[in-house]
Amino acid sequence: MTAVPVLALRGIRRSFGPVEVLHGVDIALHPGEVHALIGENGAGKSTTMKIMAGYQPPSEGDILIDGQVTRLASLHEGEEAGIVMIHQEFNLAEQLTVEQNVFLGRELRRGLLADRAAMTRETQALLDRLGCAVSPGARVSELSNSDKQMVEIAKALSRRARVLVMDEPTAVLTHTEAEVLFEQVRVLRAAGAAILFTSHKLDEVRRISDRVTVMRDGAVVHSGPTADISEDEMATRMVGRDVSVLYPPRPATPPQEVVLRLSGLEVPGHVEALDLDLRRGEILGLAGLIGAGRTEAMEGMCGLRPARMTALEIEGKPVSIRRPADALAHGLCYLTEDRKLRGLLLDKGLRENLTLQALWKFGRVFVDTAAEERALDEAITTFDIRAGDRRVRAGNLSGGNQQKLLLAKTMLSEPRILVVDEPTRGIDIGTKQQIYAFLRELAAQGHAIIMVSSEMQEVIGLSDRVAVMRRGRLAGVLEGPAVSEEAIVRLAMGIGAGPAAARDSAGAGAARREEA
Amino acid sequence: MAMTDAEQGSKARTRLPPMTVLGPILALVILVLVGAALNSNFLSAANLTNVLSRSAFIGIIAVGMTFVITAGGLDLSVGAMAAFIAGLMILVMNAALPALGPGVPIVLLGMAVALLAGLVAGLLNGFMVTTLGIEAFIVTLGTMGIYRSLVTWLADGGTLSLDFGLRTYIRPIYFDGILGMTWPMIVFALVVIVGEILMSRGVFGRHCAATGSNEHVAHYSNVRVGRVRLITYAMLGLLVGIATIMYVPRLGSASASTGVLWELEAIAAVIIGGTVLKGGFGRVWGTVLGVLILGLIENILNLTDLVSPYLNGAIQGVIIILAVILQREGRSA
Repeated sequence: MTAVPVLALRGIRRSFGPVEVLHGVDIALHPGEVHALIGENGAGKSTTMKIMAGYQPPSEGDILIDGQVTRLASLHEGEEAGIVMIHQEFNLAEQLTVEQNVFLGRELRRGLLADRAAMTRETQALLDRLGCAVSPGARVSELSNSDKQMVEIAKALSRRARVLVMDEPTAVLTHTEAEVLFEQVRVLRAAGAAILFTSHKLDEVRRISDRVTVMRDGAVVHSGPTADISEDEMATRMVGRDVSVLYPPRPATPPQEVVLRLSGLEVPGHVEALDLDLRRGEILGLAGLIGAGRTEAMEGMCGLRPARMTALEIEGKPVSIRRPADALAHGLCYLTEDRKLRGLLLDKGLRENLTLQALWKFGRVFVDTAAEERALDEAITTFDIRAGDRRVRAGNLSGGNQQKLLLAKTMLSEPRILVVDEPTRGIDIGTKQQIYAFLRELAAQGHAIIMVSSEMQEVIGLSDRVAVMRRGRLAGVLEGPAVSEEAIVRLAMGIGAGPAAARDSAGAGAARREEA
Repeated sequence: MAMTDAEQGSKARTRLPPMTVLGPILALVILVLVGAALNSNFLSAANLTNVLSRSAFIGIIAVGMTFVITAGGLDLSVGAMAAFIAGLMILVMNAALPALGPGVPIVLLGMAVALLAGLVAGLLNGFMVTTLGIEAFIVTLGTMGIYRSLVTWLADGGTLSLDFGLRTYIRPIYFDGILGMTWPMIVFALVVIVGEILMSRGVFGRHCAATGSNEHVAHYSNVRVGRVRLITYAMLGLLVGIATIMYVPRLGSASASTGVLWELEAIAAVIIGGTVLKGGFGRVWGTVLGVLILGLIENILNLTDLVSPYLNGAIQGVIIILAVILQREGRSA
């Protein structure tokens, strides 16, 4: 580690209009060091990263590259200086090939024509270096998320990046895919790159970062070697209060009464012969690898995608569900994992979003907007939705508040059986705690909840029982003391599947199937 | 982002409407002032009645178009559809004349034919867009060609004319009215009132906006996206039928040149009025302003010799582009 940081921010302030969101941020990235930036949603992580990469200029303060004060007037200048940012939502042209993406905007030429052979060769070399099996000629839209991430990194490498800034790189990756990424991060670090990443998964931060910087409310509240701080301390500093008790206590007596009995669910291409029981008052965790068909199964059950089932009983009565309205009529509701694309109308206000699913409550022909406003008041209080102004568009809320709004929207349609899919994806630990408490309270009130989640801690911490899916089938159901990370992983991977190599191929194969 | 929120908030508190709302209103006011300054006849009852009656056809269609566009669709076939319906209506009425004679029954028959043909044509567009899942642009480009060609074929390349006696009998549907308003104006007003209420306060309007804003979100929120879209096209077809009922009495004929470019004028009116072309937000009152703005420009050019009326299209084009620029500023401010 050299003394002069390759990239440093000094006293950076940034205002949007009258509102200052960064109040003098200092941060220094050193070559050969992995730096984790953590904080709650809205703490200023994204803005800090954007300033580093030249997406946004600071209002005040200096950016130092190799110790020299530099102005990054644009993203392009950032790249010129060797700083590349990888967004959480990938910045790839989906319809182009891997090779075309890697060289987008700086194609190699021979005379007037693009030199495809050379570009393919170089892309192949980069992918080989990353240990990525994707072909340079593959269309990006056909790749899995982890492969897309590799393409992004290859693109960054081809631009000779000295500083790699990654915004929640693992949010969209499975456990196995994340491991592959970490391996690459270590390789890059060894090669002398400075890497900054954000994550809400503190165990990852602990494992792969050398240095951690914690931000809260637009300021750095802690910065130091990762080895010197525990995960609990990280969380406490981020939130500003104690969050060591993340999961609410379970009920003393396990629930018994079955309210939903699903048998023989088939979702073409995704799910085969799935049986599932759900009890009143319980939270059933639904675990499995990405691509195991969990989301597809739940969407199929709720009438959101074509599916067949042998039988579905709700509260003892056989029901038939063909479209979401049927599900809702029986008190069954699905809350999507993708709040931005399927959950909320990002360019509409909070009120329109809140009531969309339960508009019938506000009038058959005409909408009673006064009643809607009252419902919004109530939702803001009940779900602690923090919007500076209630007239903001849903897209301007932070991730955590969007999730709370989505939850409020779903609860407005008064489901008795609730399927929540990745309820805490990409949100901070303080909001997570609130959502866990809320789900537990719903269960205690007699609701039955299925929680699809890829976060192992959450599945174990919150669920009463855990059902595990593998390759479109139910691999097993765990209950009580049998619930453990190891047991879940064994079921998810298929018992007997041995070492890491087998896991990888299973994970990648499943992920690819989901993409297709 | 934080800035936009704060600014929008304070604007709403001071109750100053944003430019997207003020823009079309100001444009209309300016046009009226300019018209009045240039020609003393401009504000006469006769002239205004004339402008409003002529604008009513496009206006009625544009209200339907507002719903289609708000729900994320588009319909290029309405002009050709109107011509085809007009041709069909004339043929049927002429054919029924020997049996029924000029009178109320034959008029009702003609109206029924127009409404039914409009509804079926709209449903057909909607069916192909929703059930078959073809791009609205392609579907309606196709049906536009089909209807245009059909009316030319029905007229054998010439003009389909309503029987002379019948023409005299139904003339009042365009030229008469009550309380100083012509029937087209009255029908236009009714369509606007119903449309505005449906859009701004109705569950259906909310569903249209949700569908156009993000159809996946709408689907996951229990909105029957396909049905909402289908209804918007059917509604538009029906309104084209209604507009045609008003139009046939005016000239008593239909030909290959009937209703040419109506679709673009209707779409232009919708956009000038502040509805977002890619869907998700629409307002019927804005569309009415758009229709009036386009109608007044044409009228003013005809009344004065300051600018050649041949430049009408150019001026309308400039207005459309300006309207979209204003909308964009309104969004980013």
